[in-house]
Amino acid sequence: MSNATTATVFDDGELARIRAGFPILTRTVRDGRPLVYLDSGATSQRHTRALDAERAFSEQVNAAVHRGAHQLSEEATDRYEQARATIAGFVGGATDEVVFTKNATESLNLVAYGFSNSVAGQDKDPRLSLGPGDEILITEMEHHANLVPWQELARRTGATLRWVGVTDEGRLDLDGVHGPALGELLTDRTKVFAFTHVSNVLGTVNPVRRLADAARSVGALSVLDACQSAPHLALDVADLGVDFAAFSGHKMYGPTGIGVLWGRQDLLAAMPPFITGGSMIETVRMEGTTYAAPPQRFEAGSPNAAQAIGLAAAIEWLQELGMDRVHAHEQALTERLLAGLAERPWVRVVGPVDGVDRGSAVAFVVDGVHAHDVGQVLDDQGVEARVGHHCAWPLHRRMRATATTRASLAAYTTPAEVDALLVALDRVPDVFGVAS
Amino acid sequence: MDLYQELILEHSKRPQHAGLREPFEAEVHHVNPTCGDEVTLRVHVEGEGADAVVRDISYDALGCSISTASASVLAEEVIGRTVAEAMVTHEAMRAMLTSKGEDPGDEDVIGDGVAFAGVAKYPARVKCALLGWMAFTDALHQAGIDTNSTTTAP
Repeated sequence: MSNATTATVFDDGELARIRAGFPILTRTVRDGRPLVYLDSGATSQRHTRALDAERAFSEQVNAAVHRGAHQLSEEATDRYEQARATIAGFVGGATDEVVFTKNATESLNLVAYGFSNSVAGQDKDPRLSLGPGDEILITEMEHHANLVPWQELARRTGATLRWVGVTDEGRLDLDGVHGPALGELLTDRTKVFAFTHVSNVLGTVNPVRRLADAARSVGALSVLDACQSAPHLALDVADLGVDFAAFSGHKMYGPTGIGVLWGRQDLLAAMPPFITGGSMIETVRMEGTTYAAPPQRFEAGSPNAAQAIGLAAAIEWLQELGMDRVHAHEQALTERLLAGLAERPWVRVVGPVDGVDRGSAVAFVVDGVHAHDVGQVLDDQGVEARVGHHCAWPLHRRMRATATTRASLAAYTTPAEVDALLVALDRVPDVFGVAS
Repeated sequence: MDLYQELILEHSKRPQHAGLREPFEAEVHHVNPTCGDEVTLRVHVEGEGADAVVRDISYDALGCSISTASASVLAEEVIGRTVAEAMVTHEAMRAMLTSKGEDPGDEDVIGDGVAFAGVAKYPARVKCALLGWMAFTDALHQAGIDTNSTTTAP
């Protein structure tokens, strides 16, 4: 075994207490094998506090929020808005800068459609105007959720989509080693620069402040995909300097069906709605409608109130745990995993091979064996990892991998689980008769 | 692991009839969007309708052992057969793969295809095993063969 004996921040006792909040972790899979869940990057398990909060709301308080004047409706609205305040505090923003959505994908689409609806509307804001000759900048390491909406926005508006490349090591090619440098791509034609904080495949942590400052210096807005950072490290939108940030509840120990868009107040105020209907209006006449102020403008229809409250409960749990400690714990485990993989020359890590500026998603390929087959052998031993392109197909092409196997860690991951993955992996060369 | 029968591993390491060849009447490209598996497949048929004979299936498969082996078995079982016979084999493969393990497969009908019986217990992998077959039937359609009128043929 490796000598990666880096102490984990959570000791055995604390890890046991953390795991007690996730009953699913005690179940077995595939004929009685203990579950080793290493797919938290796709969806994390849900903390009982999130589930309890959802249930308590539904059993005791449930009523339509922001509608009606009866007591239940008042209480429900109050809880919903408390959840918003909790989330605002978590990201360092103001409460009215937090918009509840269905998931991060919807959050990112909300911004993309904000641009094109602004172009189509009457009150064009110059910051949100976009057309032929203008450019949208993204990166080659984006999840499809932060890629396809921008392709579509370019198609709808006639703007040009450009992207920052990725180096062989799995970092953004900001200095232009393989293609244009950031300085060539980010120009006064660029209206928006959308990029991920932490790659869901490579684990790479991008220099958000540098990218956001560069965008601002040319007058472009910055949009951050924070899905893979919000659950794993302390997030402060003011420090990061971005204009928008999106993340999902189900990747941070909360429910599905709830996501967040944080946006700078003045920008949200200038942005037309994405989805329209009830509760996002100011006045409605048959001839036309005026819209409510943000965040209500962006929350048409009955919101997923119980899920928002569940997410806030998960976030309170994370805050009590301490994001710095969560990050340190996952960092130590990531280094343990990388050290173990480095001892296996038949494994190629796709992404940074050390722990510097790196999150806890670790993707790899086994020489001569397709990721699907690797995942099957792991699954047969109870180790649940993700296989495929992880909704980042262009990135896989760039890294010359058809598909990868990805382990992604969480606050509840134990050193023993990392070791279980490595041991399970050792069966792969045997099963497929490739050299180990 | 009963999923990875020796026969599957052999076919995936040495896929039969692999490579793209001339002549062909249709070429299709199918992908499994969840994992990125891809197959480009060509068919060469002679004759009309159900009695048409599949003279060649050539393919370039990029994917897991299950999808590669499945394309290999497809080519081995179907080349030289009539479209009607090929459709019977396809239907028997599909029935076995979607049976959740109830249908062990009939070797007389699907030949080496029985090695894929274990796949039926892993719903996420059924698509892998059917990728080549779906591409094959699509290619037949594109070549102007009406397979619907042949599925109930002998």
